[in-house]
Amino acid sequence: MDLPLAFNSELFVQLLVNGITLGSLYGLIALGYSMVYGILKLLNFAHGDVYMIGAFVGYGVLTLLGGPLSPNIAIAPLIVLMFLAAMLACGALGVVIERFAYRPLRDAPRIAPLISALGVSFFLQNSALLLFGAQFRSYDSFVLGSKNPEFFEPGPLTDPVFVVKHVNIQLVQVIVLATTASLMVALTLLVAKTRIGKAMRATSYDREGAAMMGIDTDRVIASTFFMGSLLAGAAGVMFGLLFSQVFHFMGFLAGLKGFTAAVVGGIGSIPGAMLGGLLVGLAEAFAAGYLGGRWADLTVFGILILVLLVRPSGLLGTRAIQKV
Amino acid sequence: MEAGEDRPRVGVDEWVASHDDRLAERTGFAGLARKIDDRVPAWARLTLFAAVAATLPLWMGRGDLFAYGIFTLIYILLGLGLNVIVGNAGLLDLGYVALFGFGAYFYALLSSEHYGIHWPSAISIPVVVVSTALLGLVLGIPSRRLLGDYLAIVTLFFGQAFVVFVNAANPTVAGHGLTGGPNGIADIDPNDIFGYDLSSRTQQYYFILVVVLLVLIGLHFLSESRTGRAWRALREDPLAAEAMSMPVNRLKLMAFAFGAGIAGLAGCIFAAVLTAVTSGNFALPILITIYAVVILGGIGSLTGVVIGAIVINVSFQFLAPENPQQNARILFYAVIVLLLVLAVRPWWRLGIVLGGVAVLGVAAHAIAAAISPSWTSGAVVEGGRLAGVTSDWVIIPAGHERFANAAYIALVVLVLTLTRVHGWWRTALVIPTVYLSAIVWETSFVEQPAVARWILFGALLVFLMTVRPQGLLGTPRVEIV
Repeated sequence: MDLPLAFNSELFVQLLVNGITLGSLYGLIALGYSMVYGILKLLNFAHGDVYMIGAFVGYGVLTLLGGPLSPNIAIAPLIVLMFLAAMLACGALGVVIERFAYRPLRDAPRIAPLISALGVSFFLQNSALLLFGAQFRSYDSFVLGSKNPEFFEPGPLTDPVFVVKHVNIQLVQVIVLATTASLMVALTLLVAKTRIGKAMRATSYDREGAAMMGIDTDRVIASTFFMGSLLAGAAGVMFGLLFSQVFHFMGFLAGLKGFTAAVVGGIGSIPGAMLGGLLVGLAEAFAAGYLGGRWADLTVFGILILVLLVRPSGLLGTRAIQKV
Repeated sequence: MEAGEDRPRVGVDEWVASHDDRLAERTGFAGLARKIDDRVPAWARLTLFAAVAATLPLWMGRGDLFAYGIFTLIYILLGLGLNVIVGNAGLLDLGYVALFGFGAYFYALLSSEHYGIHWPSAISIPVVVVSTALLGLVLGIPSRRLLGDYLAIVTLFFGQAFVVFVNAANPTVAGHGLTGGPNGIADIDPNDIFGYDLSSRTQQYYFILVVVLLVLIGLHFLSESRTGRAWRALREDPLAAEAMSMPVNRLKLMAFAFGAGIAGLAGCIFAAVLTAVTSGNFALPILITIYAVVILGGIGSLTGVVIGAIVINVSFQFLAPENPQQNARILFYAVIVLLLVLAVRPWWRLGIVLGGVAVLGVAAHAIAAAISPSWTSGAVVEGGRLAGVTSDWVIIPAGHERFANAAYIALVVLVLTLTRVHGWWRTALVIPTVYLSAIVWETSFVEQPAVARWILFGALLVFLMTVRPQGLLGTPRVEIV
């Protein structure tokens, strides 16, 4: 058996970079799952579709401001605007979903909110299909900001920032990594240092107890949904910038993988979500590179099932105590 | 309650004890349905269903029999299997559709040209059912270690992995791809009874009907049995069940295996009737549909599953893309009127709403036409007599593409607002909501009925869960406060 690929350091570095970028995306999605699960013990199946809506909002801003081929404003504020719009819209969407699909079920049997979440996911997916059609929409990030887009002259997003072993690390990848890192730091600080963060921790520890201490748990849960969905919105725009294509069904698989990341890292744990995201991203990139694309998804699912069987609480999670 | 009993008794929770009494006092449509369901004995319901179902081939065309008859029966079968897992044992199995797919693919491998194996149904069906049940057992093993939610995850991923495996991985076994990849497996043998092929639709229909009736009878006795009662106890409170020394894990696995076996049976029939299987038949939308079947009728109720399957499949077929659009249109307006009749009381308030909708439509149409003729000159999608009425009443603009999308979003917002207001405000808000839903129907849904049905199914699941989680005929949980 020959392993020519295994010694190809260029491919290795390329896969590493792909894996890390993909992983930070999954990590952001995983955070939303993880936060919601931590506070409500609810698997928010609709989270992947919130991410999809984020990608579409980013596309909508891009189109409103002249389209990817001839944007009306400079590229830097354009991208910032896309991120802001997608994050705010998704945050609001998350709050609405929580208000109408989950809050009425706070005291229902455990199975009811799960089915409701499934329904929301399906509703969002098909609403996007109805509104935007089945075709792929492209951010055209390859030519975004280019001087001659009609000649396919690459735009600034593809500029190499670093070169490692002949592999270019493009500006768009740096943007994704930097945005993810800053969002992560902001979230960690928010949860650790602020008043609402403290309330969130208290609510996730014991909702009834927190309510008795005068914490408005409904508001805390709503803000958890807001923040989780906000991160998903950012991830959606990142996906659009990285892969240049958004479509109505993209949320399902990304949601599953973000979810895998959350579980692998330990659901409910914020650093765990990020670690899980990186692991899933790397596993997917390397499986796709060395085993072939068709095995990428199966590898990710295999990892999930393995982790669930061997260490159900995840890598950084604490063991769930079944309360009597 | 009699006067003498009106004092606290040791060991009896008043709230729980009066549960049945409170149920008997239920009013409204659902209460009525429940009362009828309680009064009519099970054998009478079964006979009624069998008698009506048996006459179907006499007055239905071959295509209709396939779409309405056979598919409804397959949905009943699928719903019954899921009902054992979700309804009886209370386990959220999101990989159920993969078990159905496994059954269908396995049957296809055993009885088709794919590998040149042609086992008779008398052997292949039992083999498939038993192996699907075993697979369900294996899949259920995590539920021993993993609590509630984790089970949902594992099964969801199993379902997804199944689709990926069948579609993309398609490992090569004995010369060619095991599952045929995206093309699936074609030329599957029909079911046969000891060598006699069931080739016509009518024969297949009766065969499936007999299978469904047998499964219904079996499940009825099962749910009345010791095991059935233990499952219900498990669903209501696993901890209490364990404290009563019930073997919780074994019961869970049994439910899984049982439901899986029924799914495998449904898979055999599905593959034989369709004569081809592809992975698309076993993806998420079908799972959602089966859940809708079980939940609409009422989790845990056999009659509920049958009713749910009929309602869901008939509306499903009405909204199928190949169906003439007047059917979908008639169904849509009929459902709206029905919902209004059921939800708006008393009758004079209903009259105000209906009148208001009609007036609002005429007024809005006139105003839109006065502003610019292009607002009302959009082409009405063909379809029967109702199309003529709607074209003079609903605003269908020509050349305003964003209008349809804006109307859809406005409708979603309005419906959500409607759930937050009460009394006269709600009555007042119902009027524009109904009119707007007519606009959305005529401008976007009617063009894409397939998408519309998934949107409505998704909304239905959320709606049922928030308003009536036990469905039409299900038993509401006894909450011990």
